[in-house]
Amino acid sequence: MGKLPIRARVATTIGGAAGRMSRLTGRGDGSVIGGVVGLRFAPDLLRQLAAGRQIVLVTGTNGKTTTTRLVTAAIGSLGQEVATNAFGANMESGLVSALSSASEAPYAVLEVDERHLASMIDATNPRAIVLLNLSRDQMDRASEIWLIARRWREAFGANPQCRLVANADDPLIAWAAGSAGDVTWVAAGQRWHEDSWCCPDCGSHLRRDELGWRCGECSLSRPSARWVLDGDNVIDAAGTVRELRLALPGRANKSNAVMALAVASLFGADVDQALPELRKVASVAGRYTSVRRRGRTLRLLLAKNPAGWLEAFDVVGATGAVGGSDAWSARRADPILLAVNAQGPDGRDTSWLWDVDYRVLAGRPVLVTGERKVDLAVRLEADEIPFDMVDDIDAAVDAVPQGPLDVIANYTAFQQIRATVGRSA
Amino acid sequence: MPVRPGAPTDEAGLHVDIPVWSTPGQSSEPQRRGSGPSALRFIWIYPDLLSTYGDRGNLVMLTRRAALRGLVVEAIGINSDQPVPRQGDIYLLGGGEDLPQILAAKRLRADGGLAAAVANNAVIFAVCAGYQLLGEVFGGAQGEPVEGLGLLDIRSGRGEKRGVGEIVADVDPVLGVDRLTGFENHQGVTSRGPGVKPLANVVLGVGNGDGTEGAYFGKVLGTYMHGPALVRNPSLADLLLTCAVGNLPALRPDYEIWTNRLRSERLAAVSA
Repeated sequence: MGKLPIRARVATTIGGAAGRMSRLTGRGDGSVIGGVVGLRFAPDLLRQLAAGRQIVLVTGTNGKTTTTRLVTAAIGSLGQEVATNAFGANMESGLVSALSSASEAPYAVLEVDERHLASMIDATNPRAIVLLNLSRDQMDRASEIWLIARRWREAFGANPQCRLVANADDPLIAWAAGSAGDVTWVAAGQRWHEDSWCCPDCGSHLRRDELGWRCGECSLSRPSARWVLDGDNVIDAAGTVRELRLALPGRANKSNAVMALAVASLFGADVDQALPELRKVASVAGRYTSVRRRGRTLRLLLAKNPAGWLEAFDVVGATGAVGGSDAWSARRADPILLAVNAQGPDGRDTSWLWDVDYRVLAGRPVLVTGERKVDLAVRLEADEIPFDMVDDIDAAVDAVPQGPLDVIANYTAFQQIRATVGRSA
Repeated sequence: MPVRPGAPTDEAGLHVDIPVWSTPGQSSEPQRRGSGPSALRFIWIYPDLLSTYGDRGNLVMLTRRAALRGLVVEAIGINSDQPVPRQGDIYLLGGGEDLPQILAAKRLRADGGLAAAVANNAVIFAVCAGYQLLGEVFGGAQGEPVEGLGLLDIRSGRGEKRGVGEIVADVDPVLGVDRLTGFENHQGVTSRGPGVKPLANVVLGVGNGDGTEGAYFGKVLGTYMHGPALVRNPSLADLLLTCAVGNLPALRPDYEIWTNRLRSERLAAVSA
């Protein structure tokens, strides 16, 4: 970007070199290291790189990376370049890297870690923020999700120029967004309710019925939505109904798609132009990918927390729902591999395994692996789900017949599996 | 070669459906499985408010270890808008964030069922926020004192920094329970009144903040291990069962394979 100060230009050049080096040496996808190196040379780099662009931030517990991809596709339908951190590098260095590698892009769609939203608002001065959902995730790092919602609320109150696109069906999101001046509410659904029994405003019991949710004591209730996910259809702000027909599977991605369409429309994108772009997205950062390995077809899903597992079970057909496309149609007898680690990015505490109902896997051949496979073994034994324990993804592949193998893994376990099967893909 | 799990799953009486995968909009009637006058009643207090991270695991493990010994179990989850039954044998309280913890304390005080159960000599096992709210007072959202249930003579407040990580503690030898292994994630400090004994002495981690971990008086036990604390501590689960029904036979060794392997793996991981 020609207008960047000289120190920022040097920093982005050096950072870009480090990113290329990272990719060339195979040590990473280059989406973080470049930003880390650049920030060392110019700590204010993100603010400088963001200046003058129309920026969308995407955050929440689940669906950030996929929604970022969908918003990028939807805004891309306007015909101009869009900068984005497409690989989930959602800390400051990842944002710097994304912006410096597309220095002329007038738009940027940036995934942001939910714990750092306030400082990223400050640094990027976004035009719009997408708020997906909040639920228990990596509690050893996040302390309490209510505290995250409260920090958001304070940040939105202090930045009334930000337009929000927020999920009206998630009470924590609705409360956090309620301090903002301009909110486009989306009825995006919420399957996981275990973190929103209490009113985030007054602490009383929340009541739920077909119409949504409301506090039994204070005035907090589900805002009425302008955009609606209705089964397989999106209803836009004008009331027009369109079938989504996404390539991405599962209910959660339908919800992400409606959020993406709603935010793109704020920038003038037309739903009839944007929706076909969303339909082209078939995998996101290796997730939802089908990979052939030794005669088996692996279908890779990432699930990091109980709400994410619930959605993943939906995708593999375990909950009785049928997936979004032919490639993902429900096949309840297919073998499934579960892989769990507990490294820093996963959360070092595996307690969440007990918030997942594994009984939906009854009748399927189940395999377990990962650094915390013994935790999984105890969990499945308690749910009376027979399983085989295997050392790694290839042992799992060898243990199942030719044909499909569904894989659900948490964060670093997923990366390890990708590192192995990526070579054969 | 894949490793097969040791435990068969066809034992009579083993299959006990654990209640309360709560679905809003369902009837507010308590969900019950198993029945009969001689059934052992486990009551999970307020899964809607006090179930932050895997607390369900305690009910699951307790039920499993009772059922594997042929005991008939009735496991009931009681949401915060339902009355707490007074005739339970073991009551479980889980962890919770600040607002749900305060609401739970308010509702339980007004309900009185848990206090009646303690008076009836029932067993209470509480983790983390549940442990704190059994006491006289605990720290609220801004650290302000909030009145607890007064069922255990302990007082909790907010400490300097959050204790997050693996915890290991040696249990009061009187209780005959193996070394505790768990995970803690809290900012509480807890002191005990006269007569209340610490459950254990901390080997690794924070616990009550004074080198001790948890507390007990009579059949009321609390711990700062959060979430599914009984999963890695089967002998603590068996202590609760013994308090409720008297001496129990040991489990068949093949039922303990995975649990023991998990215990030794976690204890080895923190001593490395």
